[in-house]
Amino acid sequence: MAQRGIREYEGKKILFDGLAKYLPSFEGRSKKLALVRPDTDPKKLLKDNPWLAKEKLVVKPDQLFGKRGKHGLLCLNADWKTAWAWITERMNKTVTVGHTTGELQDFLIEPFTPHRDDEEGYVAIRAARDGDTIYLSDKGGIYVEENWGAVKETEVPILASIDDVKLNMPDLGPRTAQVAEFVKALYKVYAEGGFTYLEINPFTFSGDNIVPLDLVARVDDTAAFECARIWGGLEFPASFGSKHTPEEDFIRSLDEKTGASLKLTMLNPKGRIWNMVAGGGASVIYADTVCDLGYSRELANYGEYSGDPSAEDTYQYARTVLDLMTRENTVKGKVLIIGGGIANFTDVAKTFKGIIKALTEYRTKLVENKVKIYVRRGGPNYKEGLDNMRKLGATLGVPIEVYGPETHMTSVVSMALGGKKK
Amino acid sequence: MKPELFTKDTTAIVYGYHTNAIQRMLDFDYACGRKVPSVAAIVDPGREGVHKAFFGKGEILLPMYRTLARAAENHPKADVCVNFASFRSAFASSMEALEHKNIRTVAVIAEGIPERRARILAATAKKLDKMVIGPATVGGIKAGCFKIANTAGTYENIVESKLHRPGSVGFVSKSGGLSNECYNIIARNTDGLYEGIAIGGDAYPGSTLLEHILRYEAIPEVKLIVALGEIGGTEELRIVDALKSGAVKKPLVIWVTGTCSKMFPAGVQFGHAGAKAGSDLETAEAKNRALKAAGAIVPDSFDDYGVMIKKTYEKLVKKGAIKPAAEVAAPALPMDFAQAMKEGKIRKATTFINTISNEKKEELEYCNMPISKVLDSGMGLGGVIGLLWFKRDLPAYGRSFLETALMLVADHGPAVSGAHNAIVAARAGKDIISALASGLLTIGPRFGGAIDDAAQNFKRARDSGLTPAQFVRDMKEKGLNIPGIGHRVKSISNPDMRVTQLKAFCRKHFRKTELLDYALEVEKITSSKKGNLILNVDGCIGICFVDMLNSCGSFAKEEIDNIVAMGCLNALFVVGRSIGIFGHIFDQKRLKQPLYRTPYDEIAYMTDL
Repeated sequence: MAQRGIREYEGKKILFDGLAKYLPSFEGRSKKLALVRPDTDPKKLLKDNPWLAKEKLVVKPDQLFGKRGKHGLLCLNADWKTAWAWITERMNKTVTVGHTTGELQDFLIEPFTPHRDDEEGYVAIRAARDGDTIYLSDKGGIYVEENWGAVKETEVPILASIDDVKLNMPDLGPRTAQVAEFVKALYKVYAEGGFTYLEINPFTFSGDNIVPLDLVARVDDTAAFECARIWGGLEFPASFGSKHTPEEDFIRSLDEKTGASLKLTMLNPKGRIWNMVAGGGASVIYADTVCDLGYSRELANYGEYSGDPSAEDTYQYARTVLDLMTRENTVKGKVLIIGGGIANFTDVAKTFKGIIKALTEYRTKLVENKVKIYVRRGGPNYKEGLDNMRKLGATLGVPIEVYGPETHMTSVVSMALGGKKK
Repeated sequence: MKPELFTKDTTAIVYGYHTNAIQRMLDFDYACGRKVPSVAAIVDPGREGVHKAFFGKGEILLPMYRTLARAAENHPKADVCVNFASFRSAFASSMEALEHKNIRTVAVIAEGIPERRARILAATAKKLDKMVIGPATVGGIKAGCFKIANTAGTYENIVESKLHRPGSVGFVSKSGGLSNECYNIIARNTDGLYEGIAIGGDAYPGSTLLEHILRYEAIPEVKLIVALGEIGGTEELRIVDALKSGAVKKPLVIWVTGTCSKMFPAGVQFGHAGAKAGSDLETAEAKNRALKAAGAIVPDSFDDYGVMIKKTYEKLVKKGAIKPAAEVAAPALPMDFAQAMKEGKIRKATTFINTISNEKKEELEYCNMPISKVLDSGMGLGGVIGLLWFKRDLPAYGRSFLETALMLVADHGPAVSGAHNAIVAARAGKDIISALASGLLTIGPRFGGAIDDAAQNFKRARDSGLTPAQFVRDMKEKGLNIPGIGHRVKSISNPDMRVTQLKAFCRKHFRKTELLDYALEVEKITSSKKGNLILNVDGCIGICFVDMLNSCGSFAKEEIDNIVAMGCLNALFVVGRSIGIFGHIFDQKRLKQPLYRTPYDEIAYMTDL
């Protein structure tokens, strides 16, 4: 539930379809976009997109990273054969962009628009609390950063209508009015489409038309229920270089199914310190404390459960974490922190029931992995929950230390790790 | 907007039928000694009327409305709306609440409201000089005065964290879960909370950390401000500006969580939607550093948060700026019945006993047999009757006998009183249950009772040692027909095939047929007097039923007596005949038969006699 980057391919589809409502020149433009993935069949792609064989094309990776020209990841003015060969050569290859290394798997193909460097403009819209800011410059492309002073800003208050806002325009000569109309339409699409950030750098001109070349877009995924029709089957790809593990995907699917919140991010599968913490806020503090004590490299995961999940949910969550944590033995043993603050309404006994079931199931593996468990929690029915944990400790075969609200929330971290790393 | 949001008289309209949260608000009222319940009314688009809730030891009725407008009109003093609407509808209902003249503060609980909507809410509140707490929050609490929804959890926690009376600390955080933890920390290290607000973990909360800090700055009773920030966003930097400009002068203990993020790969989204650093300025470390530089009291880690609060508090006490609030004992809340039962503190006598089935187990059970085993065993309907009526797993011949009996009594044509009544009722347009009942209600001493009567009479005669001849004589002397003997057309020379087959079955399978043998001796005597005085099908079923129970060997004599005395055989007839009666009802409905009216020529009018 947050702002998510989307592919340029889907971003442009949404954008062009939206713009077409206001600007006739965008009609049909969303049809001339093609996404190539590892399993794309070129024959079918060509059949569905006959324009690919007729026009000059531009090809680029579409995986949420920019500066593609700089990294030699742009193929310009190519015919279909050249473009496909260019993609084939790079598909599934590992590349490093900035500090991030990942596999190339998604490519966007569009018609090529020949233009001069000095015909590149820049437009971006960014959300802030009180309104949105439109950034607009006649010096776009690679020149925008060195000419940031030339960027004109317009504030659009959140309660205002864009039609009533006077845009602060750079001098675009005879194109000025046309660009202003385009930007206003762009803002409408941005607002209707649940965008939180939209950057077209550069846009250029082809005859009388404005042509957006490169697009970076983020949307607010909580708007999905309002934007379903506009978005179509919008996917949220993982950021470049990071892949979701099957376990992360599984927890994500659980999260989507329940009214409660369940999150899991793997940091280091070989880590010794595992967290199973209740609460979006508390979970961050537990991770902070592990790092503050100097054990960040041994922290295996970040995650949380909250919003009064059912015992079945916490069982599924716990067994996922326990399974991950008991895959590789270490001589030093491992630590599991079942932490949390004092819940407002989450039933501690109920959520612990699921965790206890999972712990019992993984008894043998926990012993093999020399796991030590530390529990700290408060809230509705916490006494019963903690008692059940203590009882489990008597039979589980690995030590469980159990604390309630009388102990500072994060003290168990220090106890578990033996204080600050020397 | 005035800095104080709540007083001891504040009342709220709760949008959404969240009975637990409502009860917790009312329980908090009791802890504070409030005279007026803090919930004035409940809004739920799906229902109206009243909701009964506890207020201390007694019960009260809270009015329920379908619309917020009606609730607000009828309860003009309620100036808070606690909105439990889902993420889909929370925006519209919150806007409606904000725009109502009576409402001053709206707490939005839902998580997952689109950011643009949340920004509109925040801007609208600002424009109207009103307060939005949330979205994605548990709410807030003003110690000793007013509590939003589930804030601060259980009654026990409220009392332990001294929230039933005001202290000197104003608190604000993003996280709702942590706010409760912090009330505990504040209670352990100071004279307690004055007010605490959780603004919610979204990127664009309706009100900000700074807005609440500035309120606390303006409230004289707040001597110490405690806050908890979070990675992501630049909100804490506005606090820095406020500290620098002198807008915040009271001591501020603050910690920004998320210092671990530098260890994480880029792009980790923490539990809260807003918890993601978009730039270096938004990291927890940068914000902690800036706050410290601006004069806030910033611990080195969350471990020292309580320590810093304690130090700051003690300094203020020493300076005389704080006179520690007196401890006030909170009244003990009567324990809920369910809770007391769960904890084994009370016991309760039950009103009913059940020994035949259990739907509370992992799987439905009939007399301790899981339904899957009932089906797997192929025991059939006869077996199920054995389990539920006699609490026995009957032998195959017993099940078979019961099923045969059901088949034999299932129908006896449309003319008998049961079927006739059902047909008349069905044709009067009544539903199938009414039509069935009108047929079944004719079953009694004159219709359908023969099976039961035969079993009772023959059993009594044989048990009391009467010979067949004595029994026949005895009945004759009493002027009674022997139930189960006699047929309208069949006779000893023209036997009823149903009886012949039934007798053969019992003889073949039952270990004993003592009562049948006895009955056949009686039949010899009666049929010698008149050819049609034979053992009829009703008599045969009743008598063989007793033999079946005896054959099983698992029923004590008293049990068999009891089964027969309870009228189980009547029950067998009712179950079987219901099949036929339904058949007649469906027949009439299928044929779309009109209302039946008895023709005049069926009735002799003799009123003038």
